[in-house]
Amino acid sequence: MVEILLDATVRAGTPILFATLGAIINERAGIINLGIEGLMLIGALAGFAGTYLSGSLLVGVLLAFGASFLAGSIHALITVQLRGNQIVSGLALTMFGVGITALFGKGMVGLTIVGFKRIAIPGLSELPIIGRAFFNQNLLIYFSFLLVFLIWFFFYRTRWGLGVRSVGENPAAADTCGFSVSTYRFLAVTIGSGLVGIGGAYLSLASTPMWIENMSAGRGWIAVALVIFAGWSSPRAMLGAYLFGGITAMQLRFQAMGTTISAHVLQMLPYFFTILVLVISTQRMQKGASQQPEGLGLPYDREDRK
Amino acid sequence: MSDILKIKNIRKTFPGVVALDDVSFSVARGEIHTLLGENGAGKSTLMNVLTGLYHPDRGEISIDGNPVHFTSPRDSLSCGIGMVHQHFMLVPAHSVFENILLALDNVPNFFSRKIYKEKIQKLIDEFDVDLDLETPVWKLSIGAQQWIELIKLLMRDCQLLILDEPTAVLTPQEAERLFSVLRRLKEQGKSIIFISHKMREVIEISDRVTILKKGCSLETLNRGDFDESKLASLMIGKDKIPQWQKNLQMSDEIVLDIQNLSVRNDRGLADLDDFNLLLKKGEILGIAGVAGNGQKALAEVLTGLKNTSQGRIMAGEKDITNSNARYSYIAGIAHIPEDRKTIGIAPDMSVDENLIMKSFKSGLFRNWIFQDKKAIRRNAAEKIEQFAIKSGPDGTPVRYLSGGNIQKVIIARELSEHPAVLVALYPTRGLDIGSAEYVHKVIADGVDRGMSTILIAEDLDELLKLSDRIAVMFRGKLIGYVDPRKTTREEIGLMMGGETPGGAE
Repeated sequence: MVEILLDATVRAGTPILFATLGAIINERAGIINLGIEGLMLIGALAGFAGTYLSGSLLVGVLLAFGASFLAGSIHALITVQLRGNQIVSGLALTMFGVGITALFGKGMVGLTIVGFKRIAIPGLSELPIIGRAFFNQNLLIYFSFLLVFLIWFFFYRTRWGLGVRSVGENPAAADTCGFSVSTYRFLAVTIGSGLVGIGGAYLSLASTPMWIENMSAGRGWIAVALVIFAGWSSPRAMLGAYLFGGITAMQLRFQAMGTTISAHVLQMLPYFFTILVLVISTQRMQKGASQQPEGLGLPYDREDRK
Repeated sequence: MSDILKIKNIRKTFPGVVALDDVSFSVARGEIHTLLGENGAGKSTLMNVLTGLYHPDRGEISIDGNPVHFTSPRDSLSCGIGMVHQHFMLVPAHSVFENILLALDNVPNFFSRKIYKEKIQKLIDEFDVDLDLETPVWKLSIGAQQWIELIKLLMRDCQLLILDEPTAVLTPQEAERLFSVLRRLKEQGKSIIFISHKMREVIEISDRVTILKKGCSLETLNRGDFDESKLASLMIGKDKIPQWQKNLQMSDEIVLDIQNLSVRNDRGLADLDDFNLLLKKGEILGIAGVAGNGQKALAEVLTGLKNTSQGRIMAGEKDITNSNARYSYIAGIAHIPEDRKTIGIAPDMSVDENLIMKSFKSGLFRNWIFQDKKAIRRNAAEKIEQFAIKSGPDGTPVRYLSGGNIQKVIIARELSEHPAVLVALYPTRGLDIGSAEYVHKVIADGVDRGMSTILIAEDLDELLKLSDRIAVMFRGKLIGYVDPRKTTREEIGLMMGGETPGGAE
């Protein structure tokens, strides 16, 4: 029972994990990206289309990354190069993603592909309780484990990572040290957006191997909230994503068990917890230990006189 | 001596403002060259041009005789020019190590933390600085943060160091220490551009001085050719610096009695820690201290912008700590704030509107629920005349006024309700000498009406000139009072570093 629940938790949490990691990379460089929901949809459709047309899952995933990367570059262009309002641009990106995937996805509805399959890691997958959840999963999930570590390593052990963090905290300091603020920000937004797209592709290639209109169903917004819960750290993003995955898995379980609670109420649970988590983590933030990048949401203009 | 840097006919304009008009000067190898000028003379702009942050509209910069064209700070860094900015360019959330590492070039992307830590530690030891590499920068004092900035440049082996008002945030003793380091760097053949408007320091350390005035380089003087009065007259353009006669009348009546006041800041640290202060009627009480030792919190608590976590504020027998009485007692909280553009005024509203911002509810300025435009205009005309505000045409947004005139608008508004106490936080910061004098005069004139002033300033000369008593604070505590007629700068300096005078607690 626990084993099955844990397995479902990881499966439900992974798309949110990808999206949260992507958003963290955005925000670490100081750019708020509210386009996550739209980027996930773009990734989901591009991933599905790529796999359907080529027959290869890898092509699907790469196409998902590429499409979201391009869509993210619109946000980067507006917020980094043109110093536009990050909130408005992000919201527009979400609406753009919803609209454009509905339009181009029409022909894809009802088609099917062969999605990602479980690959058991010999030995480890036999472990009690955690074996099935962590070592008998598909490739995308293994990739997400690796990504959590890679992003942490990137931020805290490489010079590029230090550059990204500094650009998000105090762009003027990074600028005077010879870092190009716009290059760092642009790449953080686009690459981060690409990762969000892979989260979307997980939905259409692994969760349910088909395209359904608006299939991200608010997961992108949960990711936006999770970034704050995770305190902009990738290992904690993993924790947060699985927390939500767990709630989702549980409510599905409840429904299957045939409780008398309305399914609508149960489906509300993850979103209800989003609000709860936001309230708690915001309060914790006010009590001092703020990990929010200080330059978050502020455009950087070198010649701006303060 | 060969010139490491030569700049010619630099001009830089911002929308509506000519920040630099025509500036030329040169810096030789192994020299300490001071740029002297009033606030607004263009010193910081010039340095931002030199470090590649601003693009000049015209003019030439050459390094070692080769013309250069900077498009970003990276270009100027690669020419060996490094700068300690007035507002430090540090990432507060990062450790000392990460901040210094950020400044180094040629660091491989996958670097060895150990090797770089050792390198940095070696330099820190060489200069005998007390810095822990793992501490996050926000926990450090301003003085320590300045060391980080300096070490950043030394690690890069910059040949030309620019220091923008480095002593503004230091105690006199810390400044001495900085000077000895600068002299040592000079002996190593490095060139230093030193920016200051404190005459004493300029004379002590400079090999040459270039005077900037209204965006133009006026003259360059060699060591021996200048003294305090000559520099001052060149800088201000008047032969005489007006002297101020202190008002000596002071009663013993206590206006404010601050007892054991503690305030915590957003990070949970104590901004004020068991702070005590007595303010007498009709006195100007100067508060000395290195910036960031709780002065701002004190002003904010008194004016109701911040809550206390402990302690009392008494007006005579009445406790006004968290009561509305404080509001009327300090007549609508008379406060000249530190940052006049962001909290002193509403920048896009007109002078007229800004002047009634504290009394817009009063019957004088309204008809039922509508504004009485005529009365508002009449009030503005009166104040503009009384305080000699250069306000431009009617309805001009306040932000288009010069710093001095904005300050006059604030003062006119703050004094309009006849407060018993005025809290002035760095009231002359960034003002030219004429405007600063005017602010001093208004504060001193208030004494005649029985107004008491808490004057928080960073310039000791200003405090010594104006105050009846000076209280020194350090790390949120009151260290002691001194009499400005008897004390020495050294004594205040020691107290600013936390030493209690004569063993008295």
